[in-house]
Amino acid sequence: MNIITLIFILLSAMAVGSAVMMLLSKNPVKSILWLIVVFFAISGHYIMLNAQFLAVVNIIVYAGAIMVLFLFVVMLMNLNSTEEPARNMRLQMVGIISGGSLLLILLSSLMKTNKEQLVLMRVGDAGLIKNLGNVLFTNYVLPFEIASVLFLSAMIGAVVIGKKN
Amino acid sequence: MDIKAYIALSLTLFSIGIIGVLTRRNAILVFMCVELMLNAVNLLLVAFSKMHAASGIAKASVHYASDAQIFVFFIMVVAAAEVAVGLAIIVMLYRNTHSVDINFLNRLKN
Repeated sequence: MNIITLIFILLSAMAVGSAVMMLLSKNPVKSILWLIVVFFAISGHYIMLNAQFLAVVNIIVYAGAIMVLFLFVVMLMNLNSTEEPARNMRLQMVGIISGGSLLLILLSSLMKTNKEQLVLMRVGDAGLIKNLGNVLFTNYVLPFEIASVLFLSAMIGAVVIGKKN
Repeated sequence: MDIKAYIALSLTLFSIGIIGVLTRRNAILVFMCVELMLNAVNLLLVAFSKMHAASGIAKASVHYASDAQIFVFFIMVVAAAEVAVGLAIIVMLYRNTHSVDINFLNRLKN
């Protein structure tokens, strides 16, 4: 077993374990912290795939901005002490069984495929900032500008919704 | 590394997100599980872009593998906008009903 496989297994175990812990923890603040661990593990995967720009953006945007926003809202509402009321166990079992069977079906159909396709690890310059910026500002400059309009409308929408009427 | 390993990892994360959406009742946690599903898809897109770069089919093109990563970038942009609006909606719901339990938020049903 070489070092790349070892790191892949470690990062995958970290991601899946933290995601499960996110579901299991009762306290919403702890769930958010576990989700941040998941995002760091996914960033580690991006670095392994040599997608450096996305790794940094994932940490800054997801772990940095979005999760802090979640944490802010949870602490603003003071939800961190409230227990969830008694749940409907049957409904929960139905959710777990349906999600688990979806995973089972997808994984078994994946195992049935026999074509071996390799992924480039640690090499390739497609994910470097220079190339991505080049593509973003030549081929994708119109979607980039539309994204700025989307952000503006989201900002105005958040203010309008959050305003006291 | 085989692409199947990445597909299996993404499927697992996506299914965990689905189970969370179906079982948790706190609206914020449901929203976080949606974020987890988005991230699983992002990871899969990046892995596929690197598979495409390794296959040699697209070597003729200049930007042979950057397109998928640009796509991931736009998914992150949309996710950030979505979180801003979604959390504003959740805050407004909490202000009106003093609860974020999604079982109480069924007023649109009737």
